[in-house]
Order: sequence, then C-alpha cells, then structure tokens
Amino acid sequence: MSESAIDRVAAATPAGIARRVRGLSDRAIAWLFVAPAIFLLLAVNIFPLIWTIRLSFTNYAANRPNRAVEWVGLRNYQRILTDADTWANMQTTAHFLVWTLFFQVLIGFTLAWLINRKFRGNDLVTTLIVMPMMLSPAVVGNFWTFLYQPQIGLINYAVEFVTGIPASSFSMLGPGGWARWAIVIVDTWMWTPFVMLICLAGLRSIPDYIYEAAEIDRASKWRQFWTITIPMVLPFLMLAVLFRGIENFKMFDLVVLLTGGGPGDETLLASIDLKREAFEKWRTGHSSAYAIILFVTVFGLASIYVKALNKVKER
Amino acid sequence: MSGYSITEPSAGQKWFAGTLVAIYALVTLLPLAWIVATSFKSPADSIAYPPKVIFDPTVEGYVNLFTTRTRIPADQVDSLPPPANFAEQIVRDQGMMITGPSRYGARFLNSVIIGFGSTFLSIFLGTLAAYAFSRFRVPLKDDLMFFILSTRMMPPIAVAIPIFLMFRSLGLSDTHLGMILLYTAVNISLAVWLLKGFIDEIPREYEEAALIDGYTRFQAFYKVVLPQAATGIASTAIFCLIFAWNEYAFAVLLTSGVAQTAPPFIPTIIGVGGQDWPAVAAGATLFLIPVVVFTVLLRKHLLRGITFGAVRK
Repeated sequence: MSESAIDRVAAATPAGIARRVRGLSDRAIAWLFVAPAIFLLLAVNIFPLIWTIRLSFTNYAANRPNRAVEWVGLRNYQRILTDADTWANMQTTAHFLVWTLFFQVLIGFTLAWLINRKFRGNDLVTTLIVMPMMLSPAVVGNFWTFLYQPQIGLINYAVEFVTGIPASSFSMLGPGGWARWAIVIVDTWMWTPFVMLICLAGLRSIPDYIYEAAEIDRASKWRQFWTITIPMVLPFLMLAVLFRGIENFKMFDLVVLLTGGGPGDETLLASIDLKREAFEKWRTGHSSAYAIILFVTVFGLASIYVKALNKVKER
Repeated sequence: MSGYSITEPSAGQKWFAGTLVAIYALVTLLPLAWIVATSFKSPADSIAYPPKVIFDPTVEGYVNLFTTRTRIPADQVDSLPPPANFAEQIVRDQGMMITGPSRYGARFLNSVIIGFGSTFLSIFLGTLAAYAFSRFRVPLKDDLMFFILSTRMMPPIAVAIPIFLMFRSLGLSDTHLGMILLYTAVNISLAVWLLKGFIDEIPREYEEAALIDGYTRFQAFYKVVLPQAATGIASTAIFCLIFAWNEYAFAVLLTSGVAQTAPPFIPTIIGVGGQDWPAVAAGATLFLIPVVVFTVLLRKHLLRGITFGAVRK
C-alpha cells in the first residue's frame, strides 16, 4: 500500500497537535473499532471453546452439577476413537457428504451452464431457483416429512404415478434403507442453488475473447468445454464445495427434523449423535471430547483443502 | 449484445436451455407451492389420497395456528352464545370452541425481536471493525480476519454445550438478551467480511478530502463513509437477519419458553389427534414469506452474501 498524502501529513504532525486537531489517533480509533467485535467473539466463541477443551478431560455431567468432577485425562478421547459406533456415524456422515456434494455439483453446474446460455428471463428464473436455500431449514425440513408420508405424501404419490410402485409399499423415512437417500434428496433440493450461483459467477467471469480465439483455432465445442470452461470454473466450483462441505459436515437442523437420526441409527450424522450425547444422555465430558474431535476434523480437512484450492487458483 | 458474435448462443440453444431450466424451477418450487396450498386446505383435504390439487380453500389452518381450542359436546352447542366473528364460526363448525390464543404469535414476535436485535448489534460492531480493517494498519490483520472467519467452522452443537453452561450460570438461558448476543457472535464473522469488501470499494480519496477540510476521522467515518456504504450495510443486514430468522440448533437447545423463536416451535404444532398439517403449513407460510421478499430485494448481492464476500459479481 503506498502512503497517501494524508498519511504523510499525519506522520509529520506532532502527536499532541494531531490529537487536538483531529481527535483520537488513527491507531486508537482502529483499536476502539475492532475491540468490541473481537471481545464478543472471545466471550461467546473462544471462551466456550477453551471450556469445552477443559471439560473434555473430565466426566462432568451438566444435569448433575453437584457430583464430584473427576479428571479422566485422555480417556474420553480414547473411548470415542475406539468406539465402533463413532466410526459408523462417520461413515453415515461421509455418505451424506459425498452424495450431497456429488449431486449438488452435477446439477448445480449443469443449471449454471444452461442459465449462462443467456435466454430471456434468466435473471427471473435464477431468483426463483435460489428460493429453497434462503428458507429456514428447520421449517422446510419439517414440512418435507409431510411430503414423504407413505400414505398421503406427494413424493410417494409421484413415484407411484411415474413408476407404478404402490405409494403405500415403501416409506422414505421409515425402515427399508431409503432414509439415508431421503436426506440426500432434501439437502440437494435445498442447496443445489448455492453451487449453481457460484458456478454461474465462474462462467460469467470467463472473457468472451478466449472462446473467440479458440473458435479461430478451430477447437471443437467439446474441446473448448474441457480446456477452457472447466479449468476456469474449477476454482469457483472448489470454493462452493468447500462451503457446502463444511456446512454439511456440521449438518444438524435439516436432518434432525427429517429423521431425528432414525430409523434406528441409519441417518445419525455426527452432529445429531453429538446432540444426543450432550443433551439427551447428558454425558457432557464425553460429548465435549467428541465436539473437539469433530472441530479438529473440520478444521484439518478445510485447511488441507484450502491449500489445494490455492494451488488451483495459481495455475 | 449488438452485431454478430461467435460466442453468443444460437436461438435454438437458448430455447432448449430455457425450457430445461424452467422445468427445474417448476419441480424445485413444487414443495414450496405445496406448503402454501396446504395452509389453505381443511385437515381432511390435506391428508386426502391421491393428494388434492383442487380443493375448497379455507383459512381454518390459520385460525387453528393462532388459537387453542377445545371440543364441545353436541348437546351443549345450543347453549353457547352465537359466534362473534368468522374465526369463531370456523372453529364452531368443527364442533369446537376457542379457548384462547396459541403461542405462535409470541414465538413469531420472539423471532422478530431476536432477529432485529442481533442484526442491529452485528451491523454496529461489524461496521466499526470492517472500517478499521479496511482503512488502518491493524497489527495481525490477516490473522484476526481469519480468526473471525474460523469461528464459523465450529459445529453449533459443539459450542452449545459450554454456552448452555455459561448462560445457565449467568442467568441468560432462555432470554432474549442471551439469544441476541449469541446470534450477534455468529453473525459478526459474516458482517465483518462482507462489510470490509464493501468499504474497500469506497475510494479513500473521499475521506482524505474530508480530513483535509478539517473533519476528524470520526466525522469522516460517519459523514462520508457510512452514507457511501449504505447499500452494502443494508444487504449485509438482510443476510444477518435471514440467518437469525432461520437459525434452529441454538434456538432448540438454549430456549424453551420465554425466548423460543418460531423455527423450533412450528414443528411442535399439533392438533386434536395427530399433527395439524394445515396449521403447520400456515405457520411455515407466514414465517417464510419475509425471507422470500428479502431474497428478491437482495438478488444482486446474493452471491456475495453466501460466500462471505469471496465471490463478487
């Protein structure tokens, strides 16, 4: 940043005069402005995080505040990491994460590519398509349980209408193995517009002259797509995947209202499991360790991913 | 675009793409249309099979949403005074009488109070911080900005455990103030990142001119920068409001009565004998409409908002 005239004048003015002329110094104002935000974050985010770390080494239970708190060292961590259920939940979370990302990238990119054909009314239709992602996941998720009802729901009726399979013969949220796909469908419905919007920005950022040059060189449309469009949209696409990946790793609201983790533990994502441990079984110490493990996992994966993203951007 | 361009899609291509996207839009909006339609159905119509597309619209769902009712035995109906208004008439037709207002109104009001309160606070704190990050040499600026962003990576349930304990010992559990502070802390990351982007775009020369004219930094900030950043501040505020409005995880874990917002309440609406879907749909419709309006208003800044300012059109 080059020093502007005002900065040089400011530097040359003795501090005492400067204060009388201009009120507080820039440095004081900077601190005054930043401090409240940082203070709030420290109080509501960092302090609780440190508290969680401390609790994770104990057997504390929040519903029994009078019980003597024992220091258990790393036992909570050890138990979680060697528990087969934890790994089953991680697999459920991974299934959800991989398939939602797959469908959202596929459908989101296709939609963006189509909208970028610049047909009339594409702005209006874009605004309509983004609606689902702006709405309350809890309220919408709750309503989807109605759409998924085996006897009366719209989805089962549509399936019967199209395929002839009787609507009452299967239940998307009940036993039968469909539930883990039911949550993928709703999440994809809700968040595909997110990926679409980012891809659209990527597609619009490609200057026309690149395609014109390729046209002059007689590159086929297919080749233009794979050597121009895809590489230039890739950083945007990866950013969309980063955001959705973090969000879906933490996924709670939409799925807890759809299935509550059930039937059985079929859709028990990590966050829902954590909620059960912390607020239903009240194993506060145990769930604090679980929370730290999840946070470290998200943070670690995200950091590795951001490094990869920066490499792609540099190319 | 004027003239011939080899990169402009052909008319046929446009027509084909437009049709496919329109079909997708129809399918994706169907669940939302179904919510609105269900809110105007009678309970019997709402669970009819095959699903009813054409039905007699009624506001029964809305009346049920806002009232609590009790069934009255058939022989006592005649001894009651005649229904005073249309709502009472609708309830009476179901063989019931209104016994009082439901909690939906109060929950909706909580959403408004907490939503606006936390938005105001996040914008206030966020604008100050964003201005400082944009204009001054703050030590460790990049680290602080990243720290602010990283607070968003925590799963809400993970932070909820100590916050639950902290609120309990401070007497903030189930209070408006507690939820406002919590949502402000969550939204501040978004506010700082978005607003820094908007303020970065305002040329420094404006303030410098003001400073030379004898304004103090403070005056330059609120007389020159703030008006220039008004659009950015407004759209950031709407994003904060939508987040607070939609939030569920903290609300369901940390509120139970006094400060409970609408998202944890709506799924608990039940009628006589099973979930009253028209009432749930009515509650959802009223709750979703403000967000739909805001989304239309925001459409130009949508991309920026959802990516924390990482992508600008």
